Amino acid sequence: MVSIWFFIGISLAVNGALILGAGIYQLVVPPANPGIVLFNLHANVWWGAVLLAVGLIYCVKFAPKPQS
Amino acid sequence: MTLMVATALPTQLVRLSPIDIVIVAFYFALVLSIGWYLRGRANTGEDFFMAGREMTAWVAGLSFLSANLGALELMGWAGSAYQYGILATHWYWIGAIPAMLFLALVMMPFYYISKTHSVPGYLKLRFGESSRALSAVSFAFMTVLMSGVNMFAMAKVMQIVLGWDINFSIWVSSLTVAIYVTLGGLRSAIFNEVLQFFLIWAGALLIPILGLYEAGGWTNLKVLITQRASEQYIHLWSGLGSFSNNPMGINWVGIVFGLGAIISMGYWTTDFLVVQRILAAKDIRSAEMAPIIGAGFKMFVPIIVILPGLLGLAVLPEKLVPESVAAATGAHSYNDVLPLMLARYCGPGLLGLGVTALIAGFMSGMAGNVSAFTTVWTYDIYRPFINRTGSDHHYVNMGRWTTVVGVLISVGTAYLVMQFASIMDYVQALFSFFIAPLFGTVVLGMLWKRATGSGGFWGLLCGTLSSIGMWTWVKIDPSALRYVALSPHAKGLAQDMFQALWSFVVCVTVTVAVSLATKPMADGQLTGLVYGLTEVPSVGDVPLYQKPLFWAAVVTVVFFVLNIIFW
Repeated sequence: MVSIWFFIGISLAVNGALILGAGIYQLVVPPANPGIVLFNLHANVWWGAVLLAVGLIYCVKFAPKPQS
Repeated sequence: MTLMVATALPTQLVRLSPIDIVIVAFYFALVLSIGWYLRGRANTGEDFFMAGREMTAWVAGLSFLSANLGALELMGWAGSAYQYGILATHWYWIGAIPAMLFLALVMMPFYYISKTHSVPGYLKLRFGESSRALSAVSFAFMTVLMSGVNMFAMAKVMQIVLGWDINFSIWVSSLTVAIYVTLGGLRSAIFNEVLQFFLIWAGALLIPILGLYEAGGWTNLKVLITQRASEQYIHLWSGLGSFSNNPMGINWVGIVFGLGAIISMGYWTTDFLVVQRILAAKDIRSAEMAPIIGAGFKMFVPIIVILPGLLGLAVLPEKLVPESVAAATGAHSYNDVLPLMLARYCGPGLLGLGVTALIAGFMSGMAGNVSAFTTVWTYDIYRPFINRTGSDHHYVNMGRWTTVVGVLISVGTAYLVMQFASIMDYVQALFSFFIAPLFGTVVLGMLWKRATGSGGFWGLLCGTLSSIGMWTWVKIDPSALRYVALSPHAKGLAQDMFQALWSFVVCVTVTVAVSLATKPMADGQLTGLVYGLTEVPSVGDVPLYQKPLFWAAVVTVVFFVLNIIFW
C-alpha cells in the first residue's frame, strides 16, 4: 500500500512548486501594488522552496516500492 | 469551540488569484484520489470502521490531534487570543495535555484490550445495554447536528472571507467528504486528517514568523500588547487569582478543575470522534504513544493559533470588535483576525495554501464527525437494537449508506441553521451537556470495580440532566451565573467550566450512591474492563526512548516549563 507520507510529500512538493513559481514571477515582474506588508522579504520564494524541498524528500523516502 | 455567526459583512476579506485557485483545486483532487485509491481496502467491518487497526503511532497520533484542529477551531481561538490575550492558551495546554496523557497511560489500555469499537461499546461491556443506548443515541444525534452546524458556520466563513456562495461551499465540501469516506471508510478519513495536519502547519506557520519580524520580536510584541490592551493579556496565570483581574472573567479554580480536570478530560478521553483514531492503532504501544505524540504537537499549536491573535492585537491598524457589533456595523470581528493576518502577509500562492488549510481543517473535521457517527450508528444502535444477525458485509454496506445519510442530515441541519440562527447555540450547548458526565461514568467504570450497571446509567443520566438544568437556569435568568460559578464577577466562559464541574460531581455522587445500594457485579464480568481485575499488557521489551512512559514524562516537563515561562 502507498504510504500516507508519500501523499503528503506530493501535496507539499506540488504546493511548494506552485508557490515558488508565483514568487519567482513576482521577483521578475514586481507588482505595482503588492497589497501585502513585508513584500520585500519575498516569503513565497523561500517558503515555497522549503515546502518543495520537504515534499521531495518525503516523495523519495516514501515512494512506493515495486512489488517483487 | 467558538463559532462564527456574523450575518452581515459588506466586503470579502481576501481575493484569490488564479494560482490560489489551482492550489485549492489540487487539494480537492488529492483527497478524492486518496479516497479512490483506498476504496479496495475497506471491505470488512474492521477495515471500514476501524481502519484495519493497523495505524502506526504517528499516523494515529496526528489524526487524533487533527480531528480537533478544525478551521473553526483555528479561527475561533485566534479570535479568542485577540479578545482575551494569552489566556486562550489554557485551552491548548492545561485544557488538553494532562487529559491526553491520562488517556494514553490510564484509559487507553482498557479501551484497547477490550477490543471495543467505540466508547458506547465500552459502556455496554462495563455497565450494560442501557448505558450504551443512552450514550450512543445522544452521541450519534449530536454528532451529525454538530457537523451540520460546523458546515453552515464554515460556509458562512467562506462567504465572508472569499465571497463564495454559501450553497456552493456546503454542497462541494459535503459531497467531497461523502465520496472519500464512503469509499475508504475510517482509513480514508485518517489519511486526510494527517494530510490536513501538514497543510495547516504549511499554510499557517508563516503568519507568526512574519508577524514576529514585523512586531520586532517577542519582547517588543509584549510591549505593543501592553500598550494597546493591558499587561494581563500576556500572562497565563498571574491574573487568575480572582474573576475580576483578567479579561476572561474566570479564576484559577475554573481553569484547573473545570477546564483541566473535567471538560478536557471528558473531551479528550471519551469523545468518540477523537478516541476512534486511537482505537485504530496497530498495537498497545502505538495506542499509548499516539495521544502522547498528539500532546507533544498540541503544545505547539498556539504558535499558529494564539500567536497570530496576539500579533493581530499588536500590528493590525484597526480595532476588531465582537460578532454582535460586527454584524451591526460591518466592522471586522475578533474571529476575522486569522484571515486578516493571512491577507496581511500572504501573496499569491501562499494565500491559496492558507485558504486550503482552512478548507482542509473543515472537511477533515466533518469527515471525523461522519465516520464516528457511522460507527456508533452501525455498531451501537443498528446491530444491537435493529438487526442482530446481519453479516459483516451487511454492516459494511450499512456503514457506507450511513455515511451518505449522515452527510445529508448534516446538510439539512446546515440549512435549518441558515433559517433559524439560534439553533446553533442550542446545538452547541446540547453537545456540552454530555461530555463531563460521560467522563465521570467511564472513569469510574475503569477505576472502581464496585460501580454497577445501575450506578453507571443513573449517574450518567442525572449528570446530564443537572447540566441541562444549570444551562436552562442561566438562560432564563442570566444573574444565576453568580451561583453556578460562585462569583458575581464570573463571565460567560466561567459558566462552561463550572457547569461541567458540577455535572461531573453529580454524576460521580449518583453513580457511587446507586452502586453502593445495588448488588456488586461479579469479578468475572469485569475482567479486562477495570483496574485491579485486569492484567494491563506490557508495551514490550523496548528501549527507554520507545516507552510511552518516558515520552509522557518528557511532555510533562515541557508542559510545566512552558507554563512557568508564560506565567
